[in-house]
Amino acid sequence: MDSVEIARFLTGMTLAVHIIFATIGVGMPLMFAIAEFLGIKKNDPSYTALAKRWSKGYTITVAVGVVTGTIIGLQLSLLWPTFMQMGGHVIALPLFMETFAFFFEAIFLSIYLYTWNRFKGKWTHVILSIPVIIGGSFSALFITSVNSFMNTPAGFQVKDGRMVNVEPWAAMFNASFLVRSFHVVATALMTMAFILAAVAAFKLLKNKVSKDAEYHKKALKVTMILGLVFTLGSMLAGDLSAKFLHKVQPEKLAAYEWHFDTGSKADLVFFGTLNEHTQQVTGAIKIPGLLSFLADDNINTKVKGLNDFPKADLPPLIVHYFFDLMVSLGVFCFIISAAYVATLIFKKLRRFMHAKPMLYGILLTGPAAMLAIEFGWFLTEMGRQPWIVRGYLKVKEAATQAGGLTFVTILFALLYIVLIVTSAYVLIRMFKNKPAYKDVAAVSKERGEQ
Amino acid sequence: MIFSYIGIIVLWLFLFCYIIIASIDFGAGFFALHAKITNQDKKLNHLISRYLNPVWEVTNVFFVFFFVGMVGFFPESALYFGTVLLVPASIALVLLSIRGAFYAFENYGQDSKLPWLVLYGLTGLFIPASLATAMTISEGGYITKHGSSFDLNWTELLLSPFSWSVVFLAIITVLYISSGFLTFYADRAKDTRAYKLLRYWFLFWGPPMIAISLFVFLSLRVQNETHFLSAVLNYWWLFLLSLICFIVAMLLTLLKKAHGWAFIMVIFQMGFAFFGYGASKLPYILYPQVQFEHAVVNDSMAMALTIAFICGLLLLIPSLILLLKLFVFDKEYVEGKKSQY
Repeated sequence: MDSVEIARFLTGMTLAVHIIFATIGVGMPLMFAIAEFLGIKKNDPSYTALAKRWSKGYTITVAVGVVTGTIIGLQLSLLWPTFMQMGGHVIALPLFMETFAFFFEAIFLSIYLYTWNRFKGKWTHVILSIPVIIGGSFSALFITSVNSFMNTPAGFQVKDGRMVNVEPWAAMFNASFLVRSFHVVATALMTMAFILAAVAAFKLLKNKVSKDAEYHKKALKVTMILGLVFTLGSMLAGDLSAKFLHKVQPEKLAAYEWHFDTGSKADLVFFGTLNEHTQQVTGAIKIPGLLSFLADDNINTKVKGLNDFPKADLPPLIVHYFFDLMVSLGVFCFIISAAYVATLIFKKLRRFMHAKPMLYGILLTGPAAMLAIEFGWFLTEMGRQPWIVRGYLKVKEAATQAGGLTFVTILFALLYIVLIVTSAYVLIRMFKNKPAYKDVAAVSKERGEQ
Repeated sequence: MIFSYIGIIVLWLFLFCYIIIASIDFGAGFFALHAKITNQDKKLNHLISRYLNPVWEVTNVFFVFFFVGMVGFFPESALYFGTVLLVPASIALVLLSIRGAFYAFENYGQDSKLPWLVLYGLTGLFIPASLATAMTISEGGYITKHGSSFDLNWTELLLSPFSWSVVFLAIITVLYISSGFLTFYADRAKDTRAYKLLRYWFLFWGPPMIAISLFVFLSLRVQNETHFLSAVLNYWWLFLLSLICFIVAMLLTLLKKAHGWAFIMVIFQMGFAFFGYGASKLPYILYPQVQFEHAVVNDSMAMALTIAFICGLLLLIPSLILLLKLFVFDKEYVEGKKSQY
């Protein structure tokens, strides 16, 4: 591998690790805020205990999220100095504001986590979660703005190879900013809901502490309803993204779908294998006209094909599989959560609510949603190749030339393995022999005293 | 060019804040480890975690803020520092990550483990050392250029007395600042045992720190004479003030009086030295490649950043005050009368 390949690999690895914890970071505060709110509103200590336990586990993931986030922040300058020299001139604003949002979140998160019993009014503590939620979501928005700038650059002119006449606000609110941020936040919330649901399903399946069953069923109900709502949001966001790509980045959409020849009634291709020389797709499920429909709500819409772009500017065609995986995992989560919610609505189905197949299905939604996030990011990042700033700067021109890259890559790989293994270990131990009913009892006792 | 001054002052301020609060954190980790090994942990650790648990994450943000601000205000320096610091900064990052993560594992997890405390305690001393490399490199003389590409000259860096004296200074300063703050915190907590131990450490680290700073001065003369002369001729009074603050802090601690003031004196001591160092270094960010007036971002972006910065501070300062109020100035919390969870 040459230095460009190593730099890409290291960046990809860091982001793949960070996105796990970042997703939890964006999704989790809303979850424990909702649980705490329900606890007060319904006057049910189970929900308060739920909020306490969730936020306790969150202290571990947030720590890893903070450190991996710091790593990627500095790695941008270390691995892509040319990009940052240029980027600093044009998109420093969202980067800067992301740090402020993160700062704000960090302060209030600390306050939230360590002041459970500090305030007299019962609502004060819940209200403290609002700045945490705002900080977390806004830092996701701003950082997505940086990434969307790389896809749809705006707010500058090029003169003699330099970027001039910079308009910071135009660069920040570039074309793909809104649609991507919406997708990022919606899928983060969806994933977090399913991960927590999967934990509850796991505990119910294992049924080690029978006294806890009621508690876990409550957790399941909250998270699955939220999961369905956020899945619908994510699907809407995904649909908007496809339409956006059709208009602005057609080569990306064409690569997702192995769509070679421009034409109307374009097929949606599902999995299959590709012969790159003959451009023949075999073994795929093709749905005629659906790609055109997705692009513009009309099966007669012309979708630009890959053959209409310069060959040197095409992304790797493997992105197709990531696209298929992302979509099918998302649909899987939708089916399971819709089935669960159906058992809530229709009395006749109620006996299936905690049936084993249902619980196993729910158990799978957590990992499925997280994998969908990973695949989605692989898809969008590889779909931008060979550009680092689409149309202006190529990846291979931006990579560092410094020595020691291989050494550093091995160092970080070891670090990530250690971090993932130990954080999983700590999280599992944290809840292994701590039955929830004891926490619920502790909460009721505190309330009794007040 | 007003923006280059705004930028450099903002960044220098944030770096200074980071140095103070990160030092408290880094040193505390070392003291916790030392106390554990010498079986004095019952004296100390509850006190340290009471302070650190709520603030460590915020500490980290100050650092992120500094390097993001650096890229924002001085993108030209991102090119140079980014390339040259690949290995030293990566090592610092790995250490920072181990420290942050294992701090959380050790303190929020089910049970604490000695190896984790070792990782967390020792990395705290290596981080300032590796971060200090950036300071050293900025004095010039460690970058080699081949045509259009450039890289760090490792032999030069590893054999230089200047770089080593900076490393030692960084480590000792960390222990000094940390014990200074924790003495104050222990005094407030009315925790006599912890107080005795920390006060002893504070007095112990003070004199060698001053000795090494003199050595750094002398070796700077060899490394970068322009900078040295500017510091000695134009800014000597800042360093004198710094020394006076040091003496006051030491005397107050010796007399067991006004520990709050003693720590404020420590902050001023560091502040005078740090700003004296920074001011005498101008106009270079990286000698001799990057001058801060030439490296500054375009005016429209600088304007936007300044506005964002002011709005951000309006949000941050009240929040930070709230944080301090709850965990440092709340007497009952500091004394351990209010539970953490």
